[in-house]
Amino acid sequence: MADFVYLYRNAQPNRDAAMATPEQRQKVMERWMSWFRDLEAKGHIKSMGQPLDPTGKVVRGNAKTITDGPFVEAKDIIGGFSIVVANDAAHAAELAKGCPALDMGGSVEVRPVMQMNI
Amino acid sequence: MEGSPADLHEHLFRHEAGRMIASLTRLFGVHNLSLAEDVVQDAFCRALEVWKVHGPPPNPSAWLHTTARNRALDVIRRERTARTFAPELARLLETEWTTAVVVEEAFAGDVVLGEQLRMMFSCCHPDLPEPAQIALILNILCGFGAGEIAAAFFSSRAAIEKRITRSKAVLAASTSLFDLTNADFSARLSAVHRSLYLLFSEGYHGTSAKGAVRAELCEEAMRLAALLREHPTTNTPATRALSALMAFHAARLSTRRDDAGELQPLWEQDRAEWNRDLILHGQELLESSAVGDELTSYHLEAAIAAVHSRSASVAETDWRGIVTMYDRLMSVAPSAVVALNRAIAIGQRDGPAAGLAAIAAIEDPDRLESYPFFHAALGEMEHRLGHADLAREHFGRALGLARSEAERRFLERRVRASG
Repeated sequence: MADFVYLYRNAQPNRDAAMATPEQRQKVMERWMSWFRDLEAKGHIKSMGQPLDPTGKVVRGNAKTITDGPFVEAKDIIGGFSIVVANDAAHAAELAKGCPALDMGGSVEVRPVMQMNI
Repeated sequence: MEGSPADLHEHLFRHEAGRMIASLTRLFGVHNLSLAEDVVQDAFCRALEVWKVHGPPPNPSAWLHTTARNRALDVIRRERTARTFAPELARLLETEWTTAVVVEEAFAGDVVLGEQLRMMFSCCHPDLPEPAQIALILNILCGFGAGEIAAAFFSSRAAIEKRITRSKAVLAASTSLFDLTNADFSARLSAVHRSLYLLFSEGYHGTSAKGAVRAELCEEAMRLAALLREHPTTNTPATRALSALMAFHAARLSTRRDDAGELQPLWEQDRAEWNRDLILHGQELLESSAVGDELTSYHLEAAIAAVHSRSASVAETDWRGIVTMYDRLMSVAPSAVVALNRAIAIGQRDGPAAGLAAIAAIEDPDRLESYPFFHAALGEMEHRLGHADLAREHFGRALGLARSEAERRFLERRVRASG
């Protein structure tokens, strides 16, 4: 068993379209909840993580310049993350197939937590 | 004050308090009961402030629920690292992925009903004495303050406050509310029935409180019984029998006192004033309670009340049927008071001499010695036999035991009437 981080990616227009009305919004949130509940029930959730707002700042380089996040234009911004437990990368990817982001035109990036050995 | 905005708010707040507390304890966990109460209190304060300026909204209960829900979200977001909320929801409340949906769900209609029932069952915890269970139900589910409960039970505010605090500690010490799938469900449902029955009786026969408060106790008991009927698990034949019993008695509530507030015995009540709708409702409930093989004292008491409610006068009452039902009641739930009522019914069926003989045959009459209506019953029978001196003596003894001004005045009238 190993830990994997799910990075949920999507383009902002897709997200906006899926959450256009309060009813849609609620439906989307309920789908995320049932997906998490399902993973949780099967013992795969280490942390549900958090959804992320598309605004923010970027601090860059030696000069430490701060810019507003260019995320609104970005095709593929991270909309949230979770940490799951799976046998291996293939298993973690298989589990990610249930993610509601996929039905909204998004993707799930499945990344193993790297063990930092000295 | 009747019908004034403050009055309406009070009524609304009372009814919404129990529903809001139910939703909030589902989220926060019963160990955070006082936090739930704070949030409800907050919502009420906000309502009073905002409504004073803008007038009440078109749907005040929805407004209150939205306010409480938003406040709950605030509290959860602010305190989720410092507090543990309801164990079964704790993980879902840790993350923004699910928090809002979980909070929304807790305020959905069927969830609120289920949580109110679980709260009602939790209030009837076997470790709590019945008066404490009733005080807790009134406080948590009916939004009665300690002062109001004290007024209803002729107790001091401080004593009731102490009782409530102690009972809430028992409640808050449990990890979660009573689960309706619990193995002890039947036993606990009986305890709930008993508490609602006592709550209703306190309103109906209550010797202490003023008329308005007493009617409210009856109303609340009926409202909570209706909640039990709304849920398939708790809508049992016994629940319906208890509801029927309450409906029949409530139909007569307004005629139990005349305009001057004097106690009116059954034979003096204006039967045209009895509430036909409630009687019909009681009949439907009683019919629907006649399934299964459990015959409870509520079935029998309701059946007796049904006979009275359909009789045009005392003389035209089916006393034979009533005596039969008291016989069965004596085998289901024997008590000295039931035995006395059975003897009174025998006195109506076979005459006062037979009634006196039936009273003489009661097994533990000592338990009735301090009950004023035991002596009054003896007085009525001697009166009907023409034994004026004996009648006066019994009524005099009853008068000495009167527990309220109304009882005193009623018994004084009987002393005078006995010549």
